[in-house]
Amino acid sequence: MPDPFRALTSRTMVLPQASIDTDQIIPARFLTTTSRKGLGKHAFQDWRYDATGAPIAEFALNAVDPADHRILVAGENFACGSSREHAPWALLDYGFRAIISTSIADIFTSNALKNGLLPIEVDAATHAALLERPGYEVTIDLEQCELRFANLAPVAFRVEAFARHCLLEGVDPLGWLLEQTPAILAHETAHHLERTP
Amino acid sequence: MPSPKRTMFDKVWQAHVVSPETAETPAILYVDLHLVHEVTSPQAFSEIEARGIKARRPDRTFATLDHSTPTLPPDAQGRRPYVTHDAEEQVATLVRNCAAHGITLAGWDSADRGIVHVMAPELGLTQPGSVVVCGDSHTATHGAFGALAFGIGTSEVAHVLATQCLLQRKPKTLLVEIGGRLSAGVSAKDLALAMIAALGFGGGAGFVIEYAGEAVRALDMESRMTLCNMTIEAGARAGMIAPDEKTIEYLRGRRHIPRSDAFDKSAEAWLAFASDPGAPYDSEIRLDASGVAPMATWGTTPDASAPIGALIPAPQSDSDHKALAYMGFAGGAATTGHPIDIVFIGSCTNGRISDLRAAASVLRGRRVKAGIRVLVAPGSEAVRREAEAEGLDRIFTDAGAEWRLPGCSMCIAMNGDFAPPGSLTVSTSNRNFEGRQGKGARTILASPATAAASAVAGVLSDPRPFLAEAAHA
Repeated sequence: MPDPFRALTSRTMVLPQASIDTDQIIPARFLTTTSRKGLGKHAFQDWRYDATGAPIAEFALNAVDPADHRILVAGENFACGSSREHAPWALLDYGFRAIISTSIADIFTSNALKNGLLPIEVDAATHAALLERPGYEVTIDLEQCELRFANLAPVAFRVEAFARHCLLEGVDPLGWLLEQTPAILAHETAHHLERTP
Repeated sequence: MPSPKRTMFDKVWQAHVVSPETAETPAILYVDLHLVHEVTSPQAFSEIEARGIKARRPDRTFATLDHSTPTLPPDAQGRRPYVTHDAEEQVATLVRNCAAHGITLAGWDSADRGIVHVMAPELGLTQPGSVVVCGDSHTATHGAFGALAFGIGTSEVAHVLATQCLLQRKPKTLLVEIGGRLSAGVSAKDLALAMIAALGFGGGAGFVIEYAGEAVRALDMESRMTLCNMTIEAGARAGMIAPDEKTIEYLRGRRHIPRSDAFDKSAEAWLAFASDPGAPYDSEIRLDASGVAPMATWGTTPDASAPIGALIPAPQSDSDHKALAYMGFAGGAATTGHPIDIVFIGSCTNGRISDLRAAASVLRGRRVKAGIRVLVAPGSEAVRREAEAEGLDRIFTDAGAEWRLPGCSMCIAMNGDFAPPGSLTVSTSNRNFEGRQGKGARTILASPATAAASAVAGVLSDPRPFLAEAAHA
């Protein structure tokens, strides 16, 4: 059950590379965990630490305080590749609550929304403006579906209606789905899908 | 008034809608087959157990061990060489979860165990017109049978375990019509790489692809699986191919397929899932297979490919520069001049018997170039048995390759099979991302025949001269 998300004002961290895949966000060798927790220290592991395991000081995730940089602005086609939900778990555990890009892979989007990490797709001009301004303060208003900035015009964004409802109201999607059990049973009966003994 | 003519996707989707989507809520989609492996399931089982729920339909759920499993045999005491304690514990967790929920597991002691997308079709679990999901993006593989098959995340794995359903918005449809025929020595892998290059890495986003046309009809079922498998690399979540006589003949007699009269009835129903002539798609593109040559990637995304021997295009973006810098390649040069260190043959893309036969036909009577490590990991125990019965394992080991146990192995490189930093691997797998096959490792994606030819030559090589010589030998 993710924390509700209504609005967030924070600074951005910028990773401008296009097509950052989920293997970069969390390399496969960290997927042997059986927990959702503790993956933040491995977020972008191979971009973040040198061969000796020391943090690379100039890399964005090491260079700023995650507590007030909770919005990741990333290059186009973000989080393509593997379906691993460890990617949003790692980003959340690091401290991000939102991702902004021109395009975000659909399995990642679905995974992120279920964990309270908000993926936001914006037009190329807005994206370019944000890429040029690392550390820029952005307000994400999920109720109005609007991004607001100090010196730029506000920008509307879209979030799938049910996912937005769940985030705003703290609705548990699995709990909601479980409440649809009568319809599921009716479907199984109508399509002769009953469990064979 | 919607068109009465329906695509295959429309037919499968409509048959599985428990309740239709509205502005406020997604559709509830029923899942016929839920495939489970050790990596993306532990947190899903924890999730439903925290709610006191048992798996709703263990009879529609099948599990295997593939990603974290060692591909070297156990020692004299029966201990398997797991890469870490965590990997061993992850496997043990799936064993416990399957026992607790009554789910069939193809475990270490099972003759069925294999990479999830190789095993399920072999057993006849994957059937035309069904909805198949798995916590794995290469679930698109099963679309080769005319199933709607797509990867899901771990939260959705919990949804399916608990309800046998998913919340889904209806995707758009894209027809990829491929005319002509593949020429000799050119495989479905080459076609898949050419298709991804044509669509672009994110070009399929938001779509379910239907592959159709003369070239697709001409592919055998294993080749169709290779093509559908790579669909996710174009950003599309699912790829489908209409069931036909080849589909029916592949399925006949498999364990979970109905027998005798029931089979004929099923076959008739399966064929009816094919798209109606003239059914509308949201988008369409046309490709020609006859011009496709053996392909290989030069960058760090699967769309960055070119015919083997062609020059790498001049970089056009920061991403291209970054990819070439990582690979140590240069625009305007060929990829065939770089000595390779490793060849990997296997994966859910190219770990089936026809893939191993293609590689063996190149390696028969030849030797791997000195200093090159070649790993061959069959896609399943069934593939391993068949390959060993045909003597393919001997062809590989006589050539100097390692013949491993089935599993994902060096495709995802989380089981201890990995490529060292800086090394260059020609791989039959599906992703050439930075570090995919090991931290700092560089990957060239190619077909099994190309991988085998490259192992012999020591550099990325067009397999056709090797195949022609083998044919004359």
